[in-house]
Amino acid sequence: MSTTTDDRVESSERAERAGRVRVGRATLLTVVMLAALITVSLISAGYGAYPIPIGDIVSSLWNRIGIGGHALERVAESVLWDIRFPRVVLAIVVGACLGCAGAVMQGVFGNPLAEPGVIGISSGAAIGAVCAIAFGVSVFGNWTVTVFAFISGLITVFIVYTLSRQGGRTEVVTLILTGIAVNAFGGAIIGLFIFIADNSQLTAITFWQLGSLSQATWQKVMAILPFAVVGLAVAPRYARRLDLLSLGERPARHLGVDVERMRVVLILVVAILTAAAVAVSGIIGFVGLVIPHLLRMAAGPGHRFLIGGSALGGALILATADLTARTVAAPAELPLGVLTALVGSPFFFWLLRRTRRKQGGWA
Amino acid sequence: MIGFTRRDRPLPIPAVDGDVVAETFEVCAELGGNPVVNQVSLTAVAGEVLALVGPNGAGKSTLLAVLAADQTPTGGAVELHGRPLSSWRAPDLALRRAVLPQAASLAFPFRVSEVVAMGRAPWAGTAREDEDDRHIAEAMRGCEVAEFADRPFPALSGGERARVALARVLAQDTGLLLLDEPTAALDLRHQELVLRLCRERAGRGVAVVVVLHDLGLAAAHCDRVAILHHGRVEACGSPVEVFDEDLLSRVYRQPVEVLPHPHTEDLIVLPRRRSRS
Repeated sequence: MSTTTDDRVESSERAERAGRVRVGRATLLTVVMLAALITVSLISAGYGAYPIPIGDIVSSLWNRIGIGGHALERVAESVLWDIRFPRVVLAIVVGACLGCAGAVMQGVFGNPLAEPGVIGISSGAAIGAVCAIAFGVSVFGNWTVTVFAFISGLITVFIVYTLSRQGGRTEVVTLILTGIAVNAFGGAIIGLFIFIADNSQLTAITFWQLGSLSQATWQKVMAILPFAVVGLAVAPRYARRLDLLSLGERPARHLGVDVERMRVVLILVVAILTAAAVAVSGIIGFVGLVIPHLLRMAAGPGHRFLIGGSALGGALILATADLTARTVAAPAELPLGVLTALVGSPFFFWLLRRTRRKQGGWA
Repeated sequence: MIGFTRRDRPLPIPAVDGDVVAETFEVCAELGGNPVVNQVSLTAVAGEVLALVGPNGAGKSTLLAVLAADQTPTGGAVELHGRPLSSWRAPDLALRRAVLPQAASLAFPFRVSEVVAMGRAPWAGTAREDEDDRHIAEAMRGCEVAEFADRPFPALSGGERARVALARVLAQDTGLLLLDEPTAALDLRHQELVLRLCRERAGRGVAVVVVLHDLGLAAAHCDRVAILHHGRVEACGSPVEVFDEDLLSRVYRQPVEVLPHPHTEDLIVLPRRRSRS
């Protein structure tokens, strides 16, 4: 009997150790990403045609919060609070939405290739956004573009979900092909709206389409913040159930998950998050694809870390990408969407190859 | 977490041996529009291992799916603890019955220990949450998966995956166990192991329903055997009662012989073969 007791002690110890390593990694990653995000944000706020030293930024921040520091001179204060900070915050919010939407989407589809951009959700949301811009609709005031993006995004998620699922599972080929079809359709509709739009609307659409954050204002931040907050708050509540869903729909149900309800809620979450991101910054691809994947490789597939971690990682990547977009070709600016696609596409290619190898073909 | 937080949820009361845990009343079910289960009445009894056997396409898995509430019957009724199965909410059902599917798949590379721990999810937020570690350790030890506890699930062989899936189901610690071909991918040793585990659970008052293809295993380890044929129960009773050469030969469309084992007296079922010499 002594051997079995030893075995038991050893096995439970080993399992515990493995668990600890992952928890440790998750904590470490969170701390590192948070530190990096703060650093990048400060650099981004200070860098530009009108440089502001980091010390001054911190001191102005403290002053506004009301814990010491001092206000800067008028121009510096204005540049910092009216131009730089809205831009940094917008990058963080959009990035968090994209990262989180990617993680949730991959969990719901049980497929690491699912991503709002790849499977066409972003295009769907873009149709609504362009529609609102092109026709100058303003029924929901500041939130009009976001609401329109949400509605058309939601319709698209439902279409893609229904079309790409068969007998409780998602086939990769169907998913990607559906994405191609939806993207093509979205492109056509957007082209049609551009054709109809007048000159000033055309400029607005073009700026928006390039995925640039250069027009960032607090107003834009406010236009998407409620959506982002709702999506980011609801998603982590489903982390444990997403873990169970990776066993398959039936086994998840056997473990007490109300799969149908969860699916509806999470599809809504994905549509909200994608709409928030698309409404202000056009289609920024691949963030939702790359971030969850890297984090899964680093800290395991558990959604309790993955969802929050992907939001944080997405924020970090987009803040960094925006800083890069502003600096590499200064004083000109690279469109953000171009930059993320430039880095993200090869990664997607690698991911496709890897997935194909793992399952030995698509058919 | 929504749905898991009600600590005051009524927990299952352990059944006494001989209690009927689940029962079907002339249940009918379809698969892809074809009737595959036809007026089947069966009981799963606490403390007993019930084997469902029969040729391919006899309706064994569909019947199990009906018992698991995966599939809505087209006729008849199913009850769990005396209440219609459809009236149970998923979280409450998960505290009372566990299901082992035929094939175990996993969308993301969780580790073995994490997969087994998923079996404890239904108990999160209940008073019995504190027993999680004990049940996980016991299930992993029982299924002999402890030695690869920290390997990722996709890196395992088919037989190892099957045992991990079983460990997850056992960790769920429910009064009704529904196992769909748990021995299909396993070697000789682990086939015996799985059936011993079934017996052990039955010894603790669990009702076990298991789909089997190996009639010898069924004869040696199960209290009752239901032989399904064309969606109907041809015979149901102890192995000695139902393993009849004529009946089995007819149902399987293959001449068989049934012999008692020289020492244990357990029945052995073999296809009738011509002598090769």
